[in-house]
Amino acid sequence: MNGILGRKVGMTQIYDETGEVIPVTVIEAGPCHVLQVRTVERDGYEAVQLGFVDKPRRLARRSERGHVARLGSKRSRKIAASGVDLAPKPDCEPKRFIRELRGPVGDREVGQSLTVDMFQPSLVDLPEMLREAASSSGVDVEKVGWKREFEKKKAVKYRETVASVMAVDVVAVSKGRGFAGVMKRHNFSGQRASHGVKKVHRHAGGTGCSASPSRLFKGRRMAGQYGNAQVTVRNLRVARVDAEENLLLVRGAVPGPNGGYVIVRETNKI
Amino acid sequence: MSQEIMNKVEKSCLKDEPPQFDIGDTVDVHTRILEGDKERIQIFSGTVIARSGSGTREMFTVRRIVAGEGVERKFPVHSPRVAAVEVKRSSVVRRAKLYFLRDRIGKAVRLKERRRK
Repeated sequence: MNGILGRKVGMTQIYDETGEVIPVTVIEAGPCHVLQVRTVERDGYEAVQLGFVDKPRRLARRSERGHVARLGSKRSRKIAASGVDLAPKPDCEPKRFIRELRGPVGDREVGQSLTVDMFQPSLVDLPEMLREAASSSGVDVEKVGWKREFEKKKAVKYRETVASVMAVDVVAVSKGRGFAGVMKRHNFSGQRASHGVKKVHRHAGGTGCSASPSRLFKGRRMAGQYGNAQVTVRNLRVARVDAEENLLLVRGAVPGPNGGYVIVRETNKI
Repeated sequence: MSQEIMNKVEKSCLKDEPPQFDIGDTVDVHTRILEGDKERIQIFSGTVIARSGSGTREMFTVRRIVAGEGVERKFPVHSPRVAAVEVKRSSVVRRAKLYFLRDRIGKAVRLKERRRK
């Protein structure tokens, strides 16, 4: 699974070669250390655990420090003496933001540092780019075929042959809006401003039937907690990659406030 | 820190030499138009009546009268499609937004010319 952790910086707009305006979200992504590699044999699933942003050691708990480096405790010395292989450590500073990305591990190793290099801008016609990339890497494009209706499936097929990521999913915690009414939360229309409407201008109105069935059906949309929940935005195009500054510009909006942590991973949608 | 990053990103999209003009100037805006695969320059001339936004989002509004009908076009200052802005004439104006010109017709639209020293 290709992916990286980052921080949302904010939105702006840039111009592409043709002069078209592209709305982009700037994400400060990486460098991320691989803290742990989950394997089927040991953990029952495959995943890569990444850490982003150093945490001062004085703020990190002993367990957090021990997670990234060997502390040389009495117990670990004893275990080492008995000849048991200890899990490898990345030997880096403790991290503030740690998340696992599930999926095939590939050649990821503990201690490896991941950067935005894995991403590649793809604002032009993406299927076409994938097709080119596939043919340049030795896939017989004509043989696999490229029919319009199968484009998506084929794109996935081609994508497997491309090393860099062109479209991403971004996962983050959305801005919390607290206990929100139906107008804000579900885009209800509310009620009229006049014509006898009394103090219920932002209310939902009727919520269901009468004596039969004498109850509400499940799923009736009402007021309640809105936001502050994990949201995934899928298939955002990578607009620009700045490896020097560790910046990733994706086309479109990303959940959460500026400064919030985000997970950027390769999309399986395209 | 965040602001610094944003500035850096935006800077890469700004023109090194943004077009120089003032509010009230009569300008020719040269815009690149793509027709098929041929590119040509179209000129829109009129009076700059407003300038808004900042950074990559900075826009300016040009107003002119076409066949007795007021026409306003808004251009991004830093768009690569705006090839050049040529100042034809400058005028004496005291405000940043010349929206009052919208209510005027005929001779009243004229602005007093400013002679550059």
